[in-house]
Amino acid sequence: VRSCVEPQIEEDYQAVNVDLQTDATLQVDISDALSERDKVKFTVHTKSTLPNFKQNEFSVVRQHEEFIWLHDSFVENEEYAGYIIPPAPPRPDFDASREKLQKLGEGEGSMTKEEFTKMKQELEAEYLAIFKKTVAMHEVFLCRVAAHPVLRKDMNFHVFLEYNQDLSVRGKNKREKMEDFFKNVVKSADGVLVAGVKDVDDFFEHEKTFLLEYHNRVKDASSKSDRMIRSHKSAADDINRIASTLYTLGTQDSTDVCKFFLKVSELFEKTRKIEARVAADEDLKLADLLKYYLRESQAAKDLLYRRGRALVDYENANKALDKARAKNKDVLQAETSQQVCCQKFEKISESAKQELIDFKTRRVAAFRKNLVELAELELKHAKGNLQLLQSCVGVLKGDT
Amino acid sequence: MQLDEEIEDKFELNISITNPEKVGDGMNAYMAYKVSTQTTLPMFRSKTFTVRRRFSDFLGLYEKLSDKHTLNGYIVPPPPEKSIMGMTKVKVGKEDNSSAEFVERRRAALERYLQRVVFHPSLLQDPDVRECVCVCALSGAGFLKMINRATDSLSKMTIKMNESDVWFEEKLQEVEAEDQQLRKLHIMVDSLVGHRKELSVNTGGFAKSVAMLGSSEDNTALSRALSQLAEVEDKMEQLHQEQAASDSFCFAELLADYIRLLGSVRASFDQRMKTWQRWQDAQNMLQKKRETEAKLLWANKPDKLQQAKDDITEWEAKVTQYERDFDRVSATVRKEVLRFEKEKARDFKKQIIKYLESLLQSQQQLIKYWEAFLPEAKAIA
Repeated sequence: VRSCVEPQIEEDYQAVNVDLQTDATLQVDISDALSERDKVKFTVHTKSTLPNFKQNEFSVVRQHEEFIWLHDSFVENEEYAGYIIPPAPPRPDFDASREKLQKLGEGEGSMTKEEFTKMKQELEAEYLAIFKKTVAMHEVFLCRVAAHPVLRKDMNFHVFLEYNQDLSVRGKNKREKMEDFFKNVVKSADGVLVAGVKDVDDFFEHEKTFLLEYHNRVKDASSKSDRMIRSHKSAADDINRIASTLYTLGTQDSTDVCKFFLKVSELFEKTRKIEARVAADEDLKLADLLKYYLRESQAAKDLLYRRGRALVDYENANKALDKARAKNKDVLQAETSQQVCCQKFEKISESAKQELIDFKTRRVAAFRKNLVELAELELKHAKGNLQLLQSCVGVLKGDT
Repeated sequence: MQLDEEIEDKFELNISITNPEKVGDGMNAYMAYKVSTQTTLPMFRSKTFTVRRRFSDFLGLYEKLSDKHTLNGYIVPPPPEKSIMGMTKVKVGKEDNSSAEFVERRRAALERYLQRVVFHPSLLQDPDVRECVCVCALSGAGFLKMINRATDSLSKMTIKMNESDVWFEEKLQEVEAEDQQLRKLHIMVDSLVGHRKELSVNTGGFAKSVAMLGSSEDNTALSRALSQLAEVEDKMEQLHQEQAASDSFCFAELLADYIRLLGSVRASFDQRMKTWQRWQDAQNMLQKKRETEAKLLWANKPDKLQQAKDDITEWEAKVTQYERDFDRVSATVRKEVLRFEKEKARDFKKQIIKYLESLLQSQQQLIKYWEAFLPEAKAIA
């Protein structure tokens, strides 16, 4: 499956980060993508006037693991401790869709040719939609990096964009995965420890309280929105099947009642397309928005934890310095260590403050754009549905 | 029996079933319904009257009508289904949504059933029908018999008929094909009802969740917009719930009714085949009797000959009678099927238009809610 990346979906994802100006110095997008059996190949296309690139315009092919490698390299880089690291795109997941297509193939014998073709088209459209979404999500990640004043200069980022060979970042082997697992356990234990310490700075104290609660609520809203949209899709599927059966009833004869069934079948065909569109738009404007801010709020929390860690280190260095001075032993060493911790902490605090303010601005703007668009689309579809129903009822009443 | 046009054009007849009331307590309790009739038909003594009836009364009516009229080829409308589960909940006093829904569904189904019966010009003539709507006590009330009628069981007719009239064969095939499709459709509509109910519940869950999100959002305008969104979704929960009820009452119930009615149609075809078989059997018997006579003549047994001659006369009469019966029943079945098809067309059109109108109203509501929300979303700064 090849995607001609639909500009609408790209735009929808750009909307999640509205401050992404088209900056002439560095423009990144995913110009093409190819879905093979178990992997997706993204064509990352760059346009840049920066001197460090060999050309002004170039493309490379990247897979999902390479995006993760890039993201992780940001997270592990101490220099970027004071920034909200743009959340990594989720792994392309076609399992559910593939399973459905397979089930359909197995059940081919039990349905009519029309039903089979119809269902196949539906599932293929679903597959394509998932595909386009994953492309958009990977693109948004790159755009966020490119828009960030510091991250856009990162060496690994430039290699990612320019190096036209495989980066060989093969999936982590078992040992590395175990190490990661333990690192995360330690981090979260740390996180609890750090979160418990009340911050002297009001701004950060407020942010900490806010983010902890907000993140949990976004998580809940995200999962509930998914559930709601799934029910909506199921209902639309039912209407599709009802339309087909009404059609079969309508073609059995040419009596009045059969003609009636045909008209109603046609109506349901059209209304269910609209219903499916409503569910898809809700998915895009609401569910995906919530999912994205779930990931970003986590990234913001991570920033706070890193700052909290640096604060703890700073406080420990202070205590060590006092002890050293009291014993008058290794004072210089303690002083240097304390200064390093102090600088690190202050540097993180400074950039973190700005990052968190920017995060708020982005969030409010993204919610505004998506909620307005959601409302407009709901209205558009409801009006479309209404018109279809009104004209059909008018015709049917006139016939009687 | 030529009252169809007369009834429709000259006289009024309106029947409704309302006011379900629980009578008694515990497992002996039952629901009594008010049956109200308003009519200008001369066969009734008053213009308006009401009686109270219970479900078993309607079942009793069906039994009586079926006993009398099915064998003549009439399509006797079947009553609503019994439901031990549904009724037990009501008896036990479980006052929840599902038992209220059950009672309403039953009330509506009984109303449709009774209307079908009285609007059948031949059945209306039956005194039992009149007794059901305007006499106080109906005999046989108070027990539910296990009905084993042709409508309940798909009787496998093993009679192979030499169909002289291809109309009947084609019609039966049509009926069977339609039955299959209606059953399929019913399953799908049930599925839709289920998913809409699910959607309603999930929308409610989402609404609460958005309200929570809004209250923790620290941008004031966004916080307000989110709580407005929560209100919209709350209203949507209600809307989906109502829509599911409409799916069920307007659409699913209609299909269920007609699946049962098609059973009655099949029964009338079966009945015709039975009368054909009886005629054939009589012809065979007549043939045997003639052979017996021939044998006796040949064997020269004059004393038994008179008996044989009497037998032949008897069976000749029977053959004539049964042939007439078969013709009469065939004609009735044919007329009944045509009447049924007309009624079905009218019913489906009416109900489905009603259903579409409910969908229409839903969309109108939807538009109102989102139009109210849009300025709130735009006000986010």
